[in-house]
Amino acid sequence: MTDAAFPRRQPIALRFPSVMIFLAILALFTVGVTILSEGFGIGVISTSFVKTLGKTLCLCLVALAMDLVWGYCGILSLGHMAFFGLGGYAIGMWLMYARTEIIVLESLAAAPLPPTPQEVSDGIASQIFGVVGAAEFPPIWAFAHSLPLQLAAVVLVPGLLALVFGWLAFRSRVTGVYLSILTQAMTLALSLHLFQNDSGLRGNNGLSGLQNLPGQSDISQDIVSLWFFWASAVALGLGYLLCAWVVSGKFGSVIRAIRDDEARVRFLGYPVEAFKLAVFTLTAVIAGIAGALYYPQAGIINPAEVAPIASIYLAVWVAIGGRGRLYGAVIGAAFVSLLSTWFTGGQAPDIGLGFYTINWVDWWTVLLGLSFVCVTLFAPKGIGGLVDLLVDRHSLDRHGADLGPDQGALREQEAEK
Amino acid sequence: MLRFVAIFLACLTVSLPVPAQQADAPIQQVLQSHRDILLESSRRTIGPAIDTLANSGLPAAQDVLERWQTKDMWFNEDSGLFVYAEEIDRDTLRIFDFANGSEIGIVPDDDFDQLKPNSGIRSMIGTALVQFQLSDPDRDTRVAALNAIERGAEKSHLAALRDSIPTESDEALLQRKMRLERLLTIRFGETDAARIEAIKSFAGDLGVDVRAALNPLVAVRLEAAAALPDAPDIGRTLVPGSEALSRHDAYALLVDDGLAKPRISRDNQRTALIENIEDGQVAGIRVATLDSQSARDLAYAALAEQGTVDAVATAAEVEERLANHVFYERYIGAPPEVVAAAQLALGAIENKVAVNRAFDLGLDALSLASIYFLAAIGLAITFGVMGVINMAHGEFIMMGAYTGYVVQLFIPDYTLSIMVAIPLAFAVTFGAGVAMERLVIRWLYHRPLETLLATFGISIALQQIAKNIFGTQARPLTAPGWLDGSWVINDIVSISYIRIAIFGLALLFLALILFVMNRTRLGLEVRAVTQNPRMAASMGINPDKINMLTFGFGSGIAGIAGVAIGLYAKVTSEMGSDYIVQSFMTVVVGGVGNIWGTLLGATMVGTLQKGIEWLNPSNTLAAQTYMILFVILFIQFRPRGIIALKGRAAEA
Repeated sequence: MTDAAFPRRQPIALRFPSVMIFLAILALFTVGVTILSEGFGIGVISTSFVKTLGKTLCLCLVALAMDLVWGYCGILSLGHMAFFGLGGYAIGMWLMYARTEIIVLESLAAAPLPPTPQEVSDGIASQIFGVVGAAEFPPIWAFAHSLPLQLAAVVLVPGLLALVFGWLAFRSRVTGVYLSILTQAMTLALSLHLFQNDSGLRGNNGLSGLQNLPGQSDISQDIVSLWFFWASAVALGLGYLLCAWVVSGKFGSVIRAIRDDEARVRFLGYPVEAFKLAVFTLTAVIAGIAGALYYPQAGIINPAEVAPIASIYLAVWVAIGGRGRLYGAVIGAAFVSLLSTWFTGGQAPDIGLGFYTINWVDWWTVLLGLSFVCVTLFAPKGIGGLVDLLVDRHSLDRHGADLGPDQGALREQEAEK
Repeated sequence: MLRFVAIFLACLTVSLPVPAQQADAPIQQVLQSHRDILLESSRRTIGPAIDTLANSGLPAAQDVLERWQTKDMWFNEDSGLFVYAEEIDRDTLRIFDFANGSEIGIVPDDDFDQLKPNSGIRSMIGTALVQFQLSDPDRDTRVAALNAIERGAEKSHLAALRDSIPTESDEALLQRKMRLERLLTIRFGETDAARIEAIKSFAGDLGVDVRAALNPLVAVRLEAAAALPDAPDIGRTLVPGSEALSRHDAYALLVDDGLAKPRISRDNQRTALIENIEDGQVAGIRVATLDSQSARDLAYAALAEQGTVDAVATAAEVEERLANHVFYERYIGAPPEVVAAAQLALGAIENKVAVNRAFDLGLDALSLASIYFLAAIGLAITFGVMGVINMAHGEFIMMGAYTGYVVQLFIPDYTLSIMVAIPLAFAVTFGAGVAMERLVIRWLYHRPLETLLATFGISIALQQIAKNIFGTQARPLTAPGWLDGSWVINDIVSISYIRIAIFGLALLFLALILFVMNRTRLGLEVRAVTQNPRMAASMGINPDKINMLTFGFGSGIAGIAGVAIGLYAKVTSEMGSDYIVQSFMTVVVGGVGNIWGTLLGATMVGTLQKGIEWLNPSNTLAAQTYMILFVILFIQFRPRGIIALKGRAAEA
């Protein structure tokens, strides 16, 4: 392991050159996009593409979280997009409330009498909830007027949900595929709940108009999109540093050991459940922050965003990028989501087969599914595995010795390092 | 009498072309005695005429009413007599005498006025006619009359109905008449004792008509008074602010009864304030300060003191008024004794309804459980027995359903097409399962998490392919005609035949799988390979072949389940993903590796979902949410499911 090979005092960046390389690339990318953008640069990149890139950075961040919990800790969570969506809902509530409040205050200012607080509140509520036939604020909107409180909710709501859910799941020793199905059930339950009109979050309609910053309506989207792009880049950089720090020390060794053989780590005296719970909750918080940055750029959030399939795609990105290495997750998320945008955006040329024309808008999902199967079968290391070829890293020759128990462990890949 | 003679003479002398008509026939006399209101033809005044006719007991009365209703009754202005007529052409009539139905002659219609009852009068005539139709020799007419009474009963129907019962020959109609007679007695009975008797006779009857007859009897009117009156017709007292009576409604009642000053709504208050703005002030208070409710209340009170607006109740006054009055319900539907009997009967009926609802819910739950069982049983084999997570299981269900749809495109006969579709669906999904096992899964037997992911990849690919081929709209899979309709046990309990068929299919599968696993060579080999593949291989079993066949078998069953589910729900490319999470939960809750466990799991998940739906009706989304939460909690207490494998088998 790397920890043993290097003295502890050395800074993390030196022990992991990949961190420095990654941060440098990210900085270059950010500067490059800024120069090419419409807001501050020469206008080669359209504002909508800046938004797409910003959203991609957020997806990279949540993929990092997924890699930490799955690639390093061995918990295949199929529910992390639920935390992502919760973060988005938390910030979306403030954005929607604050913007509607400004509109309502403007319209009431023309009235002969100054408005009472009750009238303002009723006005905002009927604006926001008229679409689901309600006219009163549900209790969960109690803090929507306050940006600091909703920012706290971005962290606290996903964190608490992960804490409670993880505590329940891990203490009863639910592991492996059972845990995956349970997390999937959790995100399904959440999305079904949000789909109801009386969930208090506008049901099927979701929250919309999130791209407009309250009180900044005179600033064009060209600028706002760059603000969010920078924020996403900073969040991704910090998230990468945090994850690299977490997996570098003793903590990182323990969670990798849990991934490879949980029972053995437990017998060595480590509180396995506490470690798993810590990783699960930390990654949920990261996912929540990523969601809070993503949805203001997307402009709309609705319950379909937390449907089980979203979390499955997250796992697909990490698997294609190469799990068990942080840059793999980032590469996978960026590569697959941008490719997906390209294909489903209708930009990919159709392929004529004479009797049938392959229209990529329809067939892209098929291609993705099948290539995912191929990656799982033939290239478990994913795209990140190419880096190994580049740096000429070879696997150890174990002369066919047994690697130990293999209940879902990554023993081959791990032994190869 | 003199008048009639005079008219008779006039008839003879003036209008000679008209032959003699029986002017003194009893029916004509009845008509003559109401001549004015008949000719006036107003809904308000016509009542006595219809009543007299209907109750005259004359054989011709029915004829008169019918002709009148169909606008065939004419009035002869010369003779002053009523006749009925057929129009031969625009100007000529063939007229008949009501008294004996004999033709009088063909006359020009100059002297005749047609009676044109409006629709209101016609329906009154219809009601009066019912009593004649009740004893009509034609059975259909009698049925129509009974239907008419059921739609809108009148007090007069009761006697007519009673009269018609002894002569009724048709057994079914007799039963219906007797039941209707009791129902009418409840509503119109002469004495309270008779009504109570009739009410008691319906104890425990589940009919909707009984509840419809009883409910008006226990109708109440909300009243308020300073003290609770001591009267027998007082029902329960209500407390303002409770669920049955909000404070707002209670106060509105006091205002309506003149017991309290009205309150003013915020909107009206604002309007009143705006109307009284003078120089930026309302009653001496600056407008800019009116940005809170209390400031507005003060300004309004100041206006009221000036006399500009009406005084309204303050919050304290509202409080005081509400505290000083009692709110109670007064029974207005019937005398107290009848109300008591009706309440008793309704209570008994409600108990019985509740029991039947529970039974009906049980049937619903059972049918949902059998659908989950069908969806999950293939999974119980691949996941439970082989330990392979197949996330594309839902898509196999979808493939089976689409196979059924395609078969129906080619074979129009629904019964035959289902017979063909079931084995074909099995064959298609068996093939798909075997192909998937050979190509993908066998390389991943030691990596369950990656099996899960790879099958997810296949799942999204298959789903999109189905979408590309069949489009996004739902396709119908039509059940044969003999599966239409439902088995109705009573007004509350019923179950559609298709659900019974699915239930039967689920039982059949259970038996089939138990037989295959426990009684056949294949089942033995499957269990051997599952427990210890190397040992099984040493015994001459080919584990590869067995794994392939087992996986194909599980997938094939998913295909048949797809046909069954498609019959009851629509076929879409997403139908598989609707069931996959529930199916996995069914298997996990029941206990992996055990067919009986799957059965118990499906029963539990189905019952639970229906139970939650019953607690929170019209919200299946919430039911599914709570069901999933329950399963997550359930796993806490029995992580290995209801039936947990013990010993070495559990480690396999």
